[in-house]
Order: sequence, then structure tokens, then C-alpha cells
Amino acid sequence: MIEDGRTAIVDLSYLVASALFIVGLKQLSSPATARRGNQLSILGMAIAIVATFLLPEIEGDNLVLIVVGIVIGTAIGIVPARQVKMTAMPQLVAAFNGMGGITAALVSISEFSQKSEVGRGEGLSIVLGTLIGAVSFTGSAVAFLKLQERISGRPIVFPRQQLYNAGIFAAIGLLGLLVIVLQDGNFARSLLVLLFLASLALGTLLVLPIGGADMPVVIALLNSATGLAAALTGFVLGNQALVIAGALVGASGTLLTMLMAKAMNRSVTNVIFGAFGAIAPGAAGAAGGGEAKPIREISVEDAAVPLAYAQRVIIVPGYGLAVAQAQHAVRELADLLEGRGVDVRYAIHPVAGRMPGHMNVLLAEANVSYDRLYEMERINDDFARTDVALVIGANDVTNPAAREDTASPIYGMPILNVDQAASVIVLKRSMKSGFAGIENELFHNENTSMLFGDAKESIDRLIGAVKAA
Amino acid sequence: MDQDILLGTYVFGLAIFLGLEVINRVPSTLHTPLMSGTNAIHGIVLIGAMIVLGSADTWWLQVLGFIAVVTGAANVAGGFMVTDRMLGMFKKRPAANAASDQGKGGQGR
Repeated sequence: MIEDGRTAIVDLSYLVASALFIVGLKQLSSPATARRGNQLSILGMAIAIVATFLLPEIEGDNLVLIVVGIVIGTAIGIVPARQVKMTAMPQLVAAFNGMGGITAALVSISEFSQKSEVGRGEGLSIVLGTLIGAVSFTGSAVAFLKLQERISGRPIVFPRQQLYNAGIFAAIGLLGLLVIVLQDGNFARSLLVLLFLASLALGTLLVLPIGGADMPVVIALLNSATGLAAALTGFVLGNQALVIAGALVGASGTLLTMLMAKAMNRSVTNVIFGAFGAIAPGAAGAAGGGEAKPIREISVEDAAVPLAYAQRVIIVPGYGLAVAQAQHAVRELADLLEGRGVDVRYAIHPVAGRMPGHMNVLLAEANVSYDRLYEMERINDDFARTDVALVIGANDVTNPAAREDTASPIYGMPILNVDQAASVIVLKRSMKSGFAGIENELFHNENTSMLFGDAKESIDRLIGAVKAA
Repeated sequence: MDQDILLGTYVFGLAIFLGLEVINRVPSTLHTPLMSGTNAIHGIVLIGAMIVLGSADTWWLQVLGFIAVVTGAANVAGGFMVTDRMLGMFKKRPAANAASDQGKGGQGR
């Protein structure tokens, strides 16, 4: 009777926790309430964790292990979370995602070992939880290494890779089937461990061939995978808090994945398996590069004058801004221009940066007011009424070929209508092409001038020149 | 026991719908915090890890469970902490301040 009462309290606490997660996510719909929303989620998580200690399963020596484990894990998580630079956010999210994935896989394996006569549905949940958790772990690890540039961001392919993947996948299917049919016993447990190892290999092989620029999609997808794996462990434990929280994460990850793919005008399948197909962009790029088209280079002083005397300026940031850590310098330039009465806004393309919303976070770090940041749909019509568009380290997302040239590989991808501004100044390291590997027509337009060099240095010099103007 | 799975599937389906409805309204400005926040929420699998470690009866199940608790707790703590840090940076400049900033800048130069 007493145990029933305790279990009821735990279940009700889980309900409260789930409700707090949902309200917390709802408050993310505005930057003004977002921080409180996240704090509500933290409260929900704290309630769920504390309530779990009341469960009758948790007692004795293992209780000590649990407390020690939580303390160690918290320390491991908090150190990088406090120190990470905003540029490196995608890596950190990938790292934490991998930790969630491995947790789900280990929980699934433990569940199987602790039960006898595992039912079909439970068996399936355990197999899938192990598979998805392990794939998410090594997939996130590879994504982390690519983003951190410990390994090449280029697609890594080797001969007959797809054949190996198919073989591993078939082996996983067979092992899974055996585990479910055998229901329990040491042999089945060993098979499940084999399945776990094969899934670790599969996760590595799936992400290696995906290029660094596509990592945002991969992280979003793996995020939703870990959510699903967490929910699957909840199925077996009969724990609805795990199911609800896992489903919420799965939904969010799926939405973001589709949104990113749409913004790149590619299917998710193309992103994941694209490296295996014949790569069209390379061919088109070579054709375009054959004829040298004129560009107009501009000096810092000549670039500063139109900026200083403009009425309306739109800044278009891209990953180049993040690489050069130029966000603070950009804010300084914008403040300076605003001081002269120029209206300065920022146009953010959905896939600018290394994860969805990455530019917004970088600019927020530099104290740019969030009401100055405009989504593509909200600002695209305003370029035509803009004096100067300042493009900083963005390339493909400004290429008018996506709008006009049906033969272009990026045709149909939504872009920022930068070319419609009265004049365009592009800050760029060199004439190197962007991720899609194609010429950007924008650079050859007669209203476009190019300012070559490191983005941060160029902006610092621009600040000096605007002051003098 | 498979009834648990059925109930779980019901709850899962409903939560997916709810999640899509709620998350659809998150503006793209906040997509990075959304991602890292939901990333922390799936750390709830820590609870699963606590339960399996709690009832672990062999040394190797204790090892598995212990690792799972550590990684789960790191996921939760780190994910929430970095999200909070990030969201603390999202500020709107008060209108009055912005005006006086502009005034100062204009006179100074």
C-alpha cells in the first residue's frame, strides 16, 4: 500500500514534469519569454529526477552509485557549457546529443538483461532503442569531429561503402530478429551486444560521407533520433515521462530537419546519401569557371563612403562571419552607422551558419538587439528599397542563379534578394566558391563591389574609414 | 506486459502532435536554443538510467548503468546550462536607450 502511494506520487510528478516541458517549449515562441521557458523545463527535469529517487527499485548500494554518477555527469556537462564560444555551439549540441544517444542504448541493453520472457513489443522497442541510440552516439561523434575540424569536413567515401552499409544493416536486422524471438537468456544478450557494436559502426559509416556544410541537417536529424530512442526506453519501462519528453524532442528535430532541407531546396535523402550520387554542382561549376567574368574590387575607403551616407543598410551575415569571429566588429560598425542616422537591419537566411538560428545566437552574443534581425521572408522585399547591402561571408544564399537560371544546381533554393539593392558590397576572403561549388552571379553584377580580406579585419578598417568619412 | 507498449504508443502519438503544434510557433531566431533545449530534454533518459542502475544485480549491469547515469546527467546539465547562457544573450534594446545612443553617436562624430 505504501509502495503504491509512492509510485502514484512519482507518476504524478512525471505528469507535472511533462507539462512543464510543454509550457517551457511554448514560451520559446518569443525571445522575451524564452529564457523563462527554458527555466521551466529545468524545473520539470529537476522534479522528474527527484521523484525517481522515491521509486522502490532504487535502494542500497546502487543508490550511492546513482548519486555519484549524477554528480560526475553534471560536472562533465557544465564545464564545456560554461566555456564554449558561440561559434562552437553546433559541436557542443552534437556532443550532448551523442551522450543522450549512448545513454538510451545502454539503458535498452540493461532493460533486456534484467527481464525474462521479453514480449514482442518490448523486444522490438529494446532492439530499436539500442540501434537508434548507438547510431546517434557515433553519428554525433563524427559530426562533432567534422565541425571541430579534427577530421576533414569533406565527404569521406571509399569504394563499396554502400555495400558495407547494407551488409551491416542486414546483420543488424537479423540480430534484432533473433533477440526478439529468443526473448531472454545469455545467448540473446550477447547477440544484443553484437547488435550494439554493429550499430556503432553503422552510425560512423553513415555520417562520414556527409559534407561539413550539411552537418546542421545531420545534427537536427540525430537530435530527433535520440528523442525517439529515449521514448523507446520509456515504452519498456512503462515510464510516460520518457515517452512524452522523447516524443517532443523527436517532433522538434524532425521539424527542424525538414525546414533546413527545404531552405536548401534538397530532400533529406539527398543530404544523407548525396555524396554517393554523381555530383552535379561540380560539373556546372567547372563549366561556369571556364570564362573569366569581370569583378569590381573596392578599397576600404571607397566602401565606407556609401555606407556612411546611406539611409538604409541591410547586413547579410554568413558562416564567414562566424569563422572570422567578426560579430562584435559588425555590431560596432552598425552602432556607428546608426549613430549617423542610418537604418541598419540584418537579413538572416535559414541555413546561414552551421546550425539553424546560428547567426542569431552569434549576433545576440555581440549584443545586437533581436528586433533588428529579420527572417528571409520578412525582409526580402525590402532589398529593392535599400541603399547598401553588406554581405559578410555569405555566398550561395545570395546567388541570383537560384531564382533565374533553371540549369543551376541550386535553382529553386530560396535566396536573399541581395542583388536588388542599389549597391552591394561583398566582404569575402577570396573568389573561392561556396558549398555548392558554383559561380555566384551576384559578384559579377555591375552594382556589386568586392572587398577582399579577413572579415574581421575588413570591418575594423571600415569602422575607421566610416569615422573619417 | 505488451500493454505498456500499447499505452506508450498512444502517449507517444499524442505527444508528437502536441510537439509539432507547439514547436511550429518557435521563430527561426530561436532555432539554436530550441535545438539545444530539446537536446537537454532528451537527457530525461537519465531517469531510465537511474531505474536500470537501481535494480542492477550484477557487476556488469552496474557498470553499464553507471556509465548511462553519467552520460545522461552530462546531457541534462550541460544542455540546459548552455541553453540558459544563450538565451540570456537575447536582448532587445530598450527604445529610450537606443534613441540616446544614436543622439550621442551623432554629436560625437
